[in-house]
Amino acid sequence: MTAPLDVPESAKEAVPEAVVTGVDRKAIQGRSLGQIAWLRLKRDKVAMVGAGVILFLILIAVFAPLIVKWFGHPPLEFHRDMIDQETQVPKDRFGGISWDYLFGVDPQWGRDIFSRVVYGARISLLIAFLATLLSVGIGTILGVTAGFFGGWVDTVISRLMDVFLAFPLLVFAIALAGVVPDTAFGLSGDALRVSLLIFIIGFFNWPYIGRIVRGQTLSLREREFVDAARSLGARGPYIIFREVLPNLVAPILIYSTLLIPSNILFEAALSFLGVGVRPPTPTWGGMLSDAARIYTVPHYAIFPGLAIFLTVLAFNLFGDGLRDALDPRGNR
Amino acid sequence: MVTYIIRRLIGAVVMLGIVSMVTFAIFFLVPQLAGATPEGMASRYVGRTATGEIAKLAAERLGFNDPLVVQYGRYVKGIVVGAEYDYGAGVEYCPPPCLGYSFITQQPVFPDLMNRLPVTLSLALGAAVLWVGLGVGIGVLSALRRGSVFDRTAMIIALAGVSLPIFFTALIALQIFSYGNPFSFAAQGGTYTTIQDSLPLWAYALLLPWVTLAFQFAAGYARLTRAGMLETMNEDYIRTARAKGLKERRVVVKHGLRGALTPIITIFGLDFGLLIGGAVLTESAFSLNGLGKYAIQAITDQDLPKVMGVTLLAALFVVVANLIVDLLYAVVDPRVRLS
Repeated sequence: MTAPLDVPESAKEAVPEAVVTGVDRKAIQGRSLGQIAWLRLKRDKVAMVGAGVILFLILIAVFAPLIVKWFGHPPLEFHRDMIDQETQVPKDRFGGISWDYLFGVDPQWGRDIFSRVVYGARISLLIAFLATLLSVGIGTILGVTAGFFGGWVDTVISRLMDVFLAFPLLVFAIALAGVVPDTAFGLSGDALRVSLLIFIIGFFNWPYIGRIVRGQTLSLREREFVDAARSLGARGPYIIFREVLPNLVAPILIYSTLLIPSNILFEAALSFLGVGVRPPTPTWGGMLSDAARIYTVPHYAIFPGLAIFLTVLAFNLFGDGLRDALDPRGNR
Repeated sequence: MVTYIIRRLIGAVVMLGIVSMVTFAIFFLVPQLAGATPEGMASRYVGRTATGEIAKLAAERLGFNDPLVVQYGRYVKGIVVGAEYDYGAGVEYCPPPCLGYSFITQQPVFPDLMNRLPVTLSLALGAAVLWVGLGVGIGVLSALRRGSVFDRTAMIIALAGVSLPIFFTALIALQIFSYGNPFSFAAQGGTYTTIQDSLPLWAYALLLPWVTLAFQFAAGYARLTRAGMLETMNEDYIRTARAKGLKERRVVVKHGLRGALTPIITIFGLDFGLLIGGAVLTESAFSLNGLGKYAIQAITDQDLPKVMGVTLLAALFVVVANLIVDLLYAVVDPRVRLS
């Protein structure tokens, strides 16, 4: 029996929840904002399923060679014996789906669709992650600069963002991706295409996050703790890195998670239009574009399409959950 | 008001100038940085069998040897006052706005664009009517019945909608409704009849593209409307409106929705502006010969005047759409003052 009055000294200012849970000192300790958000996120089952799927996809992408070795055939290997030479479509029903070819084979060449989807995850995730990193990097640097320094710096950067937002993005991306020759900047083949796509997608998306960061920085700059730091003699860089940036982590994190799925769709769209990573390297968008040309084999579109859908959905679910967890005011 | 519009129009012209410069730079600087010569670039336009001599002549004729600034100046001059082009078979006058002649087909670009515009416009308009109606309607209903079965189902479908790439939805839709697995009542990809020829056939051909395109956009709009409505319906002025005895219908539409409409109009302006500049993916998936397909073809052919033309037109639409959106703000939200 412990009467409320016997609560140890250290717990007097703790939240009631901590008092109820008792004398255990660990439970009384305050939780950081990050911990609170993490607890909220853990309770959100939908978001956790999204996170699980994302983790699963990353593992697939990383271990693609192993998975293909165990469950499939090399993604570029032709299996013309599976194909009807007359009609150019797989001989067996359901596009040749069997234990040997889990998702069947593609028309004309008879390549293993399962392996191609697995390898497609590599390109898709790699480009989406790095492009997001690039946008977030540029957007954060320019957004903080504009918001913190204000004046003509802000005017120039804000106008720049306006110009970017008025561009017909997709057309520009296609133009850029289409105009670069097969060897350039000391790179060639897939390495060139992948870096090019990362650059294009990342470079065209930064104004969106730039605007958010700028707006947040503008309001943070006027807050009391920044004034306090300044009156203690802190200079610009210290205030930016120690006072402003830590407060920007939440919006940046939310926005990044929601930017990844749109980048996956962007990459798939470019590949679909034939300006992405060049065939025969397997990409989800490229497989859909092949499928669009051959209407008689619907299954050929289904697996890469579902792969895109599931990946994007998982990121959207996780992103939504993350936003709810980090931003409790937005009680949707 | 008038000064505001004039200032915005000047801003729009500046914006278009920048867009044209960047496009020009992309198509001339990037290949040069990557190591192409004027002759090499010109050789693309004279066929595979052309000798170095012919390519050199072509480079001269296409003006590839002039400094970039001169080439760009010539282009802008063409837009403003027209230009005269010499393609071997006599000098031809190209009236303003002259967007140049295709390097490959040697046809003027501007009439081409005007031919393609109705297709994209039909596609975008029809889809926009569908998606705004559906998206906003579903969003409002979802917000009013928050947590109900309708709300949850609608939001799951909406989330699926924003996660599906349109070229995949299009393939599946064509397969299911048009190529006879199991239905075949919708028009096949690539069919298009102008509205002047036959209204029913026009609508019939565009039905599937409309629905597919609208599905994707409606999903986003439903999510946005729902979030906005949830926010405004908790405002004090909604309680005031209810307290003074207004009918619920009027409260929702006149007070709630109107307050939630501002972000939706912003997004709509951007979306619609981008779309009439070329619904690249939808047009490719359904083989519609609109501006988007024109752009893709032009880029594949590396036909600079065509690319410049279509990009400028697309940017024009985005800029104009943004201007209209800003003017509409003042109508929807009386607090906004234009100055």
